Amino acid sequence: MSEGLNVEGWSCPLPLRDHPNIIMGHGGGGKLSAELVEHLFLPAFAEAGAVDMGDAALVAIGGARLAFSTDSFVVRPLFFPGGNIGELAVNGTINDIAMRGAQPLVLSAGFILEEGMPLDQLAAIARSMGAAARRAGVTLVAGDTKVVDRGHGDGVYITTSGFGVVPEGIDIGPTRAQPGDVIIVSGSIGDHGVAILSVREGLEFGATIESDTAPLNGLVAELLDETRTIHVLRDPTRGGVASALNEIALASQVGIVIDERKLPVQDAVRAACELLGMDPLYVANEGKLIAIVPSSDAERLLARMQAHPLGRRAAIIGHVTADHPGLVVARTGIGGTRIVDMMVGEQLPRIC
Amino acid sequence: MKYLDEYRDPELAQRLFAEIRRITTRHWAIMEVCGGQTHSIIRNGIDQLLPDEIELIHGPGCPVCVTPLEIIDKALAIASRPGVIFCSFGDMLRVPGSAKDLFRIKSEGGDVRIVYSPLDAVRLAQQHPDREVVFFGIGFETTAPANAMAVLQAHRLGLRNFSMLVSHVLVPPAIAAIMESPTNRVQGFLAAGHVCSVMGTWQYQPLVEQYRVPIVVTGFEPLDVLEGIRRVVLQLEAGRAELDNAYERAVRPEGNVAAQQVLSEVFEVTDRAWRGIGVIPQSGWRLRDAYRAYDAEARFAVGDIQTRESPICRSGEVLQGMLKPNQCPAFGKECTPRTPLGATMVSSEGACAAYYQYGRFIKAEEVGVAR
Amino acid sequence: MCLGIPGQIKEIYEMNGIRMGKVDFNGIVKEVCLAYLPEIDVGDYTIVHVGFAITRLDEQSALETLALFQSIGLLDEELRTDAAEEEAAA
Repeated sequence: MSEGLNVEGWSCPLPLRDHPNIIMGHGGGGKLSAELVEHLFLPAFAEAGAVDMGDAALVAIGGARLAFSTDSFVVRPLFFPGGNIGELAVNGTINDIAMRGAQPLVLSAGFILEEGMPLDQLAAIARSMGAAARRAGVTLVAGDTKVVDRGHGDGVYITTSGFGVVPEGIDIGPTRAQPGDVIIVSGSIGDHGVAILSVREGLEFGATIESDTAPLNGLVAELLDETRTIHVLRDPTRGGVASALNEIALASQVGIVIDERKLPVQDAVRAACELLGMDPLYVANEGKLIAIVPSSDAERLLARMQAHPLGRRAAIIGHVTADHPGLVVARTGIGGTRIVDMMVGEQLPRIC
Repeated sequence: MKYLDEYRDPELAQRLFAEIRRITTRHWAIMEVCGGQTHSIIRNGIDQLLPDEIELIHGPGCPVCVTPLEIIDKALAIASRPGVIFCSFGDMLRVPGSAKDLFRIKSEGGDVRIVYSPLDAVRLAQQHPDREVVFFGIGFETTAPANAMAVLQAHRLGLRNFSMLVSHVLVPPAIAAIMESPTNRVQGFLAAGHVCSVMGTWQYQPLVEQYRVPIVVTGFEPLDVLEGIRRVVLQLEAGRAELDNAYERAVRPEGNVAAQQVLSEVFEVTDRAWRGIGVIPQSGWRLRDAYRAYDAEARFAVGDIQTRESPICRSGEVLQGMLKPNQCPAFGKECTPRTPLGATMVSSEGACAAYYQYGRFIKAEEVGVAR
Repeated sequence: MCLGIPGQIKEIYEMNGIRMGKVDFNGIVKEVCLAYLPEIDVGDYTIVHVGFAITRLDEQSALETLALFQSIGLLDEELRTDAAEEEAAA
């Protein structure tokens, strides 16, 4: 049935990697996003570029270290079970700062508003932002508003920036994972991504899942109260736990082994992922953190997490190894092994 | 989850692995036809735990992999048209056409939308009477009933702005084509469970008889896949060649009669080109004349498509089990999941993508990953 | 081609002339087309693929399959145990 292949005619192929334009995958948090940063932005920002690719940048100033971060929010729909774009924006930057071990102090918020966006929606979003900031003990100190023509935005895009002070002696970052470390996740994974999908056009289902958007600075403070020797903190947002662990494995040049049976996943989230053929490991979270800690501290930190309202379902999910540096490997439910690769673009629902 | 978790039980899985090891005395090459089965095998790490004598060849049962290049290019051309809402299952968005993929079309301004069900596309057509809604109707026999119903619905509702780009493929002719190939190595088949839920098992009996090859209808959960393999190996070791159903809870010999009736109402058999393999006669479905009004190929004159497959892509040989992905010179170099040359590297259950992960693991194993 | 997930039928109704239903997948409820299973009833389990129920899951077969898995290897274990005991006694 197949014509024999003509070996003679082969030549250097035209790679299909050429993307002269931005595609949706560039925003997915996976390989394409990483490449965009590495090959387009970092070279351009070379003189001042932050190097360790952590959630927030560390800036030394007057003897103190600031953790400084910025994040943009383009989520659709604007309102979803468990929250809206506003609190997502506030909690998102708070969390980036907290992942450095810093307590966030102040935030700014920039709004790009689409002409025609209903004011009562914007008011609801703003109210949520104020409440979220208050809840986390952070002040919204600066902001900006711009309006674009109808059709050139999704109602509203929000960018938040903020900083906090990293306490003396704290050194938390993605390059710090060491063989022997234990990996803890603070709760059930995949909630936010599924909550969003549950209302997005074309993929509606009656789901009881809410976004887990939450500020994690309180939880981080609890952990740091227990021990100062936490190596890595990371909130697994776009790209999920899988992408976050891959980034850490690469940055720290270590291998990571996780046990799928230990991953906390809500039943309904699992069901939604089964239905769409998606893997919870790759689904976004907005109120969870991964902590990589020396094994001697693991049990105490786990207990501390579980005692906190945002860490009730915390669980140890794996460990760091010197083997296979840069690779994340999972033990599957039936005792097999598989590589948990970095996502390429964004995870898509499948029928196959 | 009921009817899922029970078939993922690790203890029972270990029993089945042990049993397969016990009964296997020599090398056997077994093909799982369905991409969903390939996905399950890779996802659960089944291939690594099987005895080395069992070679699993990942078959062409992945619509992403086998949808003809010409159809992909037509899809891209239609999706680029202003006023068109192009709806597709998520799987198809990254499949490379001659020059682009649907994601690229989206980035260039095309209205490309992922839908879960073809009925969602019909709903979109109702909601947007001023736009042309086109649904990418790909898939095997499992998906065809859904696509057929969408066409019927559009017809019933008198929608003038809905059409389907149809590219259905059939399993039995593919199995025949594989067995006819002079370089075929496949000795037994795991037939696609959900295809058989729709079509029944009776189509496979002639294949068993003509090619003297065991065919076991198999499900998708780890225990189901292992059971399918166990039954094929049992037959091979005993020199038998029979049709067997290892997925009885979801498959009856006659299949889904209501679905088959609608299928024959809406579709008719046609020759179909399988990407990388070539034309397999009578191996596809197209819309019947009575439903020509809903045929996107007729509605949109996208003639004169010049297809250009990557000259070094060997997906076709891989799909037929003639070549292992890591034997392809481009594998892991020019061709990676990030920069796929062909569909088998794009799809999560394409053999090349599956091997890409496995191949890296082999390297990891050398460094001592615990089993 | 084959991502089909088992769910339980909670409700059956008609929409635009087609038989539809609400199917519960462990807490996720989705609207599914039941046109191809004219005899399926509330409480039954079905496999759903791209929003269509394509087959009814047969409880009896399911249990039999599981029982088969449970028994696999057991006879062999018994035989090996017997052989070991014989050897020990000899």
